[in-house]
This record gives sequence, structure tokens and C-alpha cells, in this order.
Amino acid sequence: MLYREAGQFKTAYATDQQIFPIRQDRVAVIAVVAFAFLVVPVIGNQYWLSAILIPFLIFSLAALGLNILTGYAGQLSLGTAAFMAVGAFAAYNFVLRVPGIPLLVAFALAGGCAALVGIVFGLPSLRIKGFYLAVATLAAQFFIVWALVRFPWFSNYSSSGVITAQQMKIFGVAFDTPLEKYLLVLSIVSLMALAAKNMVRSEVGRAWMAVRDMDVAAEVIGIRIMYTKLTAFAVSSFYCGVAGALFAYAYLGTVEPEAFTLDLSFRILFMVIIGGMGSVLGSFLGAGFIVMLPIVLNISIPALNRLLYALVQWSLPASITSNLELMVFGGLIIFFLIVEPHGLARLWQIGKEKLRLWPFPH
Amino acid sequence: MLQRKKVIAWLAGLAVATAAGAVVAQQTQYVPLLSYRIGAYAAGGSGIFGGYIDYMNYINLKEGGINGVKLAWEECETEYNNSRGVECYERLKKGGSGASVVQPLSTGITYSLIDRVATDKIPMVTIGYGRTDAADGRVFPWVFPAITTYWSQASAMIRYIASKEGGEANLKGKKIVHLYHDSAYGKEPIAVFQAYAKKDGFELTEIAVPHPGNEQQSQWLQIRQIKPDYVILWGWGVMNPTALKAAAKIGFPREKMIGVWWAGSEEDVIPAGAAAKGYTTAVFNVAGKDLSLVQDIVKVVYGAGKGNMEDKDRVGSVYHVRGIVHGIITVEAIRKAQEKYGKGKVMTGEQIRWGLENLNLDDARLKAINAAGMMPPTKLTCADHEGSGLVKFQTWDGSKWKIVTDWIAPDKQMIRGMIEDSAAKYAKEKNITPRDCSKES
Repeated sequence: MLYREAGQFKTAYATDQQIFPIRQDRVAVIAVVAFAFLVVPVIGNQYWLSAILIPFLIFSLAALGLNILTGYAGQLSLGTAAFMAVGAFAAYNFVLRVPGIPLLVAFALAGGCAALVGIVFGLPSLRIKGFYLAVATLAAQFFIVWALVRFPWFSNYSSSGVITAQQMKIFGVAFDTPLEKYLLVLSIVSLMALAAKNMVRSEVGRAWMAVRDMDVAAEVIGIRIMYTKLTAFAVSSFYCGVAGALFAYAYLGTVEPEAFTLDLSFRILFMVIIGGMGSVLGSFLGAGFIVMLPIVLNISIPALNRLLYALVQWSLPASITSNLELMVFGGLIIFFLIVEPHGLARLWQIGKEKLRLWPFPH
Repeated sequence: MLQRKKVIAWLAGLAVATAAGAVVAQQTQYVPLLSYRIGAYAAGGSGIFGGYIDYMNYINLKEGGINGVKLAWEECETEYNNSRGVECYERLKKGGSGASVVQPLSTGITYSLIDRVATDKIPMVTIGYGRTDAADGRVFPWVFPAITTYWSQASAMIRYIASKEGGEANLKGKKIVHLYHDSAYGKEPIAVFQAYAKKDGFELTEIAVPHPGNEQQSQWLQIRQIKPDYVILWGWGVMNPTALKAAAKIGFPREKMIGVWWAGSEEDVIPAGAAAKGYTTAVFNVAGKDLSLVQDIVKVVYGAGKGNMEDKDRVGSVYHVRGIVHGIITVEAIRKAQEKYGKGKVMTGEQIRWGLENLNLDDARLKAINAAGMMPPTKLTCADHEGSGLVKFQTWDGSKWKIVTDWIAPDKQMIRGMIEDSAAKYAKEKNITPRDCSKES
């Protein structure tokens, strides 16, 4: 009833080709973005901004980067965290060594460094596919973290190998409080998500999907395989690099190379798989699931435990509640994958289709 | 209908319980615990946080709190993960009457919190881990790597080796291998060892073991070729028993292996079995069930059924006692702060920072709290957030750790110089003006 496109006529090609052709979608997206920019700063407290929303946005950006590579271009990668590390360390070194460099330029250059590294490690993708490619990107994961620990130049000869993000200043305005950082991250992520959405609708994105679906056929119709795969690696790594720079500057502040372990790469891959491969929305849903669900469980299980104590004067020991959290989390992942193997974005899609027919399904 | 009444009754009960909790919370000193009881570091996390909680329970039960102010705490599972640690910190910092002291027990989380604790004015204590140059309190007013740091430990290790060789002069021409976990943690002491190698004229070889360290064949082959006089084991987790077994295999005497304090718990040596016998490590806390404070905790806390350790055999283990030491520092800092700002009052983070900077756990004070000999005397000041840096050395006799030395002091002058250089570099990068300690009250 509410969600129906009947009566929305398109009279120009431009209206037919816009990102959200259905008016309700447009309104919803604008409402969400406006909520994030205007309402969240008012109602969000420091805990929500700095401990939940900022990491959620940063991981969404990283998941979006990986989704471009894995979901759209079909190249499996396990090196996401390493590309984030390149971005973080590159941004640090640009700000440190180039006096007076604008911060956003440093972030863009950091993304560029990550893109270059991504292209280098993407070269094997021209010859190998699937799991074998995953192993090749695994090499990137280990090599980059090793190199960042091994060569002290990257961390400006810090004895423990950590980098400390400098103060964020754009046009003389310092971004210090959680609110300012949140707005900065939100702006960057929104712009990059918009760019990604447009990219996957354009020629580049269609070439990626053609290569993903069948590379021989794509080659036959005239798509350059090398160029397409390497642009996918470059764009994906650029996104991951910027996410890494934000991770260091807007979230953690001080970072050691060990923060970018294989574990983080896997988490971002899970975000993509659970959120939905080949979907911009899916990257956000997946990041939300992986970042927020453990926190929800971490808050709710001890609360239930306290309730249990209030009722029967007996509660579970801390080690069991900690493990219970992992079990429930793992169980939910399996549940969602069984219910919808194509991810949360697909669930959303199905929901929308049902809404179209509601309340009179055939 | 009955069902509904029941639910309402439950909810009402819950509301009353919460309200009662809130009333209690106003009179208690709240300590957030960023603990970890699952994952690869669970052995350390459960032991240390178990000991920490046991000591706070002990103070509550035995003395009725600190001058009547009871301690309250809340745990949040970090999984030793930086992001989760930050989330836990942000969640717990406003709990109760506000966070008193935070002890993250993870170097990674420590780094992530350095800026945050300064903004929130909550002191962070990192005993035996974390950022070494934070010992310079002029640059890091809110971070306290109390008791000792990695650099002090490295210095004390060389002094221990020198004492076994009959003086530092005899180190000339000796060969020492630094076998380390290939991470920031393992690389941290290298600068100190290199400085000593230059000063004392011994030959230092650094050999890295990639994470997690369960494969060390080539490293020990290299050690066999070098034939070193000593091997310093800067390992973590599974790397430690693996190194001990590998040493036994090539016949390298375990008596000549010196471990770091994170390689010196029961959990590190028992998996190596007989191969661990004779192995020596540094420690800043003595362990054992026979310590009088541990016995008193067993009597008071475990007697009341409030003990935190699930495995009672681990009470009095190295990690458990280390947790008690964490508790002592927290409690004594709050007690000191109360002396200045009012006994029986709940202290704020700023007041506890004053307590930490004026903390003086000398022998008399340690004796008064029944912890004589368990931990080194520690005196913190505005400029020096580390303290004495004393460590003892313990040898595994096949069934328990035996202390073999008295407290050994590091070369404080040399280490302090390095700390100040490093902190000054940090201050420059971050545009911090070091505070003037002569103006602090």
C-alpha cells in the first residue's frame, strides 16, 4: 500500500536512470542521511558516537571496499586489513613528513598508496582464481604487516613500532571531540558510498560484474580483463586505505601494526558475506551486524545474568557468559546464512517485494 | 492473567533491585574491568582479573572497603581486541560514580586509550606492559606503567646475567641471543640490549620467531651454530613451551635461558614438561599458595564463597598473584587520595591520579598490607610514573617456581634517559608541552 510505484511516470531518461527510481526509496534514503547528519549529533552521546557509530562507519567503508572487489568483481581477497594498514601508515607518514599537507589530501594520498599496493598484489589475479587467489592475497596480509614491523622508517623509528595519529585539522578547524570526528567520518563515508554506488552502475561496474560472472565471455565481448581486474583491486584498496586512515585518526588514535591482523581481514570478509555480496547496502548491514551484535550480546547477557541472580540468587560465572556470547553470535551467523544465503541485503530486497504486494498478495 | 501478574511482579522486583543498586552505587568506588576470559590470552586474563577481583572482594569483606567506601566493579569482555576494548572503556567509564582507574591488561588497548583517558581524566595503570616511555609523567600525566617496564626488565636481565658471571666486566666476549616474538612487544627491548652490548662488549644476536611461535626449528639450528652463553626468551603463549622443548632437543641448558615475565607463569612451563626444569624468568611478583596474603584471601574471600577463580588450584599462581598486585595498586592509590581529599569519600579520577603520583609503597607499608616481599617497594612521583623497576628471578624446579634472587635493580639512570628521549619525541609529534613537575602539589 505504502510502497508502490504505481503512478510514478518517467518522462525523461535522466529520471529513469537515477540511483533510486522509486520515490519511496529516495525519500527513505534522504531521511536516513538527514537523520545521520542532523538528528544523531543531537541525540547521540559520547558513548554512541565514539564507541559504536564511528567504528561502524569505518568498518562499513572497509566492507564496501572489499565488496567492490569480492562482491562486484568476483576476486576473493584476504588482505583487506593489510590494505587498511597501508592507508593508516601512509596517512601518518604524509602528515609527518610533508609539512602543511591538508589532512584530506593526506587521506586521499594514503588511499592512493593502498591502491598501488593493491594493484601489485592484484597482479596474480590475472592468472589464478578463487581459493588460489585468496592464498595470494593472504601473502599480502602477512607481507605488509611484516614489512611495517620490520622497517622502522614506517613508524618514524618508534621503539615499539606504533604510530600515533596527529591532530586532525581541516582548514584550521580541529576535529577533536567525538561529534566532530563522527561528522567527518560520516561525510567521507557518505561521499565514498555515493561514488561506489555510481561506479557499480556505470561502465566500470558492469565490466566488473561481467568478469565476475564469466571472464571468458566478458573477454569475448571486448572487456579488457587485466584493466578490469586491476581497477577493481585499485578501487577496492583505495576504499580500504581510506578506511584504515580513518581507523587510525578518527577512532583508535594510536595504532600498532598488529591491530591489522588476518583476524580483521576475516571479520571484514564476514561483513561482506553476511551483509550481501555485490550490494552497497549490504556492506552497511553486514558491518552493523558484525560490529554491533557482539556489543548487544555483551550488554544483554550480563543483564540477563543479573536478572537471574535477582530471581534465584545464582548466576553464571563470568567465563561462561563470555563464551555464551560467542556461541550465540556464531549461532546467529549460521541462522542468517541458512535463512538467506545471499545476505541481509537480499532479505531486505525480499521484504521490499512483499511490501509492494501488501496487503493483497496474489 | 496470572501470567501477566507474574511478569508485572518480576518487572517491579527488577525495578526495585535496579533502584537499590543505584543507591548503593553512589557510595561505592567504581572500578571498570576490561577483562578477557576467552581467546588466546584467556589464561592470563582469567588469572589476573581473578586475582584483581579477589583482592577487591578481600578489601570489601575484611575492611568493609577503603575507609568504609566499598569497591564496586563491572566486567566487560574485550577478547583482547582493540575495538572491543575501546567500546568497553567507553561503556564503563561513566558507570557507577565514574571510573576510578582503568587497567586494560593489553598493550594494544593501552595505545588506543592513551588519548581517551587524558580527555576523560581517568588514570590508566599498565603494570608490566604498555607504553614504556609513558613512565615520563610530564608528557603522559594520565598513564602509569607502574612498578616496572620492559626496558627496566631488559636492564635487570643483563644485570642478573652479569651477577652470574661475576660482574659486568666479565660479559666481554660472551654471546647472548635475544629470541623474541616478532611483534612490537618482542622488539621493544632491543634498543636496551644493543646499548648494553656496546657498553659491556658482549655479542648480541637477535632472532625473531614469527607469530604464534609453534615452529622454531630453524631458529634453534641457528642458536646451535652460535653456541651462545645465554638465551633471552622474550616470548608469549605457545612460543614459550615450544622454545623450552626445542632447547631440550638440541641440548641447550635451560639454566642459561632467561625469560621475560610474560614467559614465566605455570601455564608457560607445564606444557613443556620436564624440558622446563631449570628455566629462569624475571618476575615483579612472587607467587605461591603459602604467601600470607594469599592464605588470608583464601580464608576471607573463598571462605565466604566469593572467590573468583573457578579452578581453585590456580589460586596463588603467578598470574593470580599478579592480579592481586594490580588490585593493591588500585586500592592503595585510592587510599592515598582519600588521605588528601577526605577519608570515606568516593574519589574522582583526578583525585586518584594525585594518589598514584604520591603513592609510596615502601617496605613498611607493604608489611602493613600483608604483602611484604610479594611485590617490590614502589614509589611514584609526578615525573616518574614507573617506580623502582625492581624484579626478582625465579627458577622452575619441575613442579613450582622458586625465587632465586633478591630484588635486582635496573640501571635506572640509563633507562630513564632513554624514556625521556622517547617521550620528548612523542611530545614533539603530538605538540604536547611537558608539564612542570615542580609546580604540582
